[in-house]
Amino acid sequence: MKKYIDQGKKDTRSGYGAGMTVLGRTNPKVVALCADLVGSLKIQEFIDENPERFFQVGIAEANMMGIAAGLTIGGYIPFTGTFANFSTGRVYDQIRQSIAYSEKNVKICASHAGITLGEDGATHQILEDIGLMKMLPGMTVINTCDFNQTKAATIAIAEHEGPVYLRFGRPAVANFTPVDQNFEIGKAILLNEGTDVTIVATGHLVWQSLIAAENLESKGISAEVINIHTIKPLDEEAIIKSVKKTGAIVTAEEHNYLGGLGESVARTLTTSYPVPQEFIATQDIFGESGTPDQLMEKYGLNDKAIERAVLKVTKRKSVH
Amino acid sequence: MSELKELQDLVSQVRRDIVRMVHKVNSGHPGGSLGCTEFMVALYYEIMDLKEGFDMNGRDEDIFFLSNGHISPLFYSVLARRGYFPVEELQTFRLLNSRLQGHPATHEGLPGVRIASGSLGQGMSVAIGAALAKKLNKDQHLIYSLHGDGELQEGQNWEAIMYAAGNKVDNLIATIDHNGQQIDGATSDVLPMGDLKKKFEAFGWDTMEIKNGNNLEDIIKGLKEAKQRTGKGKPVCVIMDTVMGHGVDFMMYTHAWHGKAPNDAQLEIALNQNPETLGDY
Repeated sequence: MKKYIDQGKKDTRSGYGAGMTVLGRTNPKVVALCADLVGSLKIQEFIDENPERFFQVGIAEANMMGIAAGLTIGGYIPFTGTFANFSTGRVYDQIRQSIAYSEKNVKICASHAGITLGEDGATHQILEDIGLMKMLPGMTVINTCDFNQTKAATIAIAEHEGPVYLRFGRPAVANFTPVDQNFEIGKAILLNEGTDVTIVATGHLVWQSLIAAENLESKGISAEVINIHTIKPLDEEAIIKSVKKTGAIVTAEEHNYLGGLGESVARTLTTSYPVPQEFIATQDIFGESGTPDQLMEKYGLNDKAIERAVLKVTKRKSVH
Repeated sequence: MSELKELQDLVSQVRRDIVRMVHKVNSGHPGGSLGCTEFMVALYYEIMDLKEGFDMNGRDEDIFFLSNGHISPLFYSVLARRGYFPVEELQTFRLLNSRLQGHPATHEGLPGVRIASGSLGQGMSVAIGAALAKKLNKDQHLIYSLHGDGELQEGQNWEAIMYAAGNKVDNLIATIDHNGQQIDGATSDVLPMGDLKKKFEAFGWDTMEIKNGNNLEDIIKGLKEAKQRTGKGKPVCVIMDTVMGHGVDFMMYTHAWHGKAPNDAQLEIALNQNPETLGDY
């Protein structure tokens, strides 16, 4: 199987900051907004280089979303930045009316998504944001897996006309996708070919899936791993093509099983090519304080949990 | 300047449009629409610098945002009469497959509308964003917005009000329709908001009043003064006293017609009080 090398652990949010720096230098229409979390979103370089194109709105996320919508009227491409919790649930109606329904070209960029936010606990660990955003008509939903991909996605969404939700995280994680890759919205990336099971993963769970696939290989199970960075629009073709070969699927995400990637995949498969599916996701719970690794272990979101799910789903396949 | 008589004729015609639109579908919000008719006519015919035609970006022209989107009958009538879309289209208000949705929307591509509104409290933020874009574009034109007084109960407004003053968004004129009424009753009963003028001033806005917001001359004079106050480091707030339901006697001085349509007999009375001047749609 193909080997992926960790080029050195980095946080995905720094990928956002690096992408913004590039956009600051290359696209004069890009403006950045932030709700008192510049340090967390890693956009200081963009601000230093483009002070007139940065808007600090303070701790007022609803106002930030409205200002972003207004900035599009006049031709700008606003990137809003705050934690995922405050980027979505806190401002759902502002996004719904002023951005999504009004078809405004706003990029909602959300760091500290999911349980790996860690020690701050459940008040800040949103596990419902993918569901909230994917239900909005016209909203593109992206969850990137590492630094390089987050940087590439940040740059790519500026070229996409329409609202985008870009979700990334807090902790330093393996950086294994190519430097300066081309990011294609809605196009799944086949990371590892296999024949026994398909693992479709998004965000931090992509690296965990690659570790699981390696371990499974030693047990004689051949796992195909797909990096599905775009949850909406979903690359249904890639998923169906893969399960036609493998006959079973595990979806993996740092999100509630209700409303997440797994549900979107299940809908795709039940209406076109049903196969047994297992869900690596949180089980309709709120998170808690802890280190990212402890939380991933406790809530069944790591390589070991993926392995267990694969064994379970391949057994179900043989019953059929 | 348009002759005052022409504007008064428009006001009468727009009021007819409003009550007829609402009557036809037995739904919609006549009260606030009638109360702001003089304001909207003055704004679109006398105050704003507008280009021919419509483009979303509104470069090199003034832009208006309606935050209290439920007074859509007024907005649609004035937009149609001003030439943004055919006046005949007013008869499709709130009907299936219409561009004239219950509340204003961009989704159907109706010219003149730049943002959806209806869920209250969002328009001030949007107006600020558009004002910031004007500054970035070095476009000297202004942003106008209208907000209900009851609407100011939504907290997002105060985030926006704080931001606009703190960041010297001085190319924005936000008008508050101060009619003292909301769906459940008088604002003083539903949720007393205190002295709005002092509140805006305390937040750092240049705040002025139009005491008779149903008098065209007073509105024009007031808005011209508001224009003079822009570009001086402060956002400008105009608190405009109006009478909800103005121009239709039985709809005045009450919240009862906030969101209720007249029946056939009531329509007749309302139309008699507002003569046809420019031709009904």
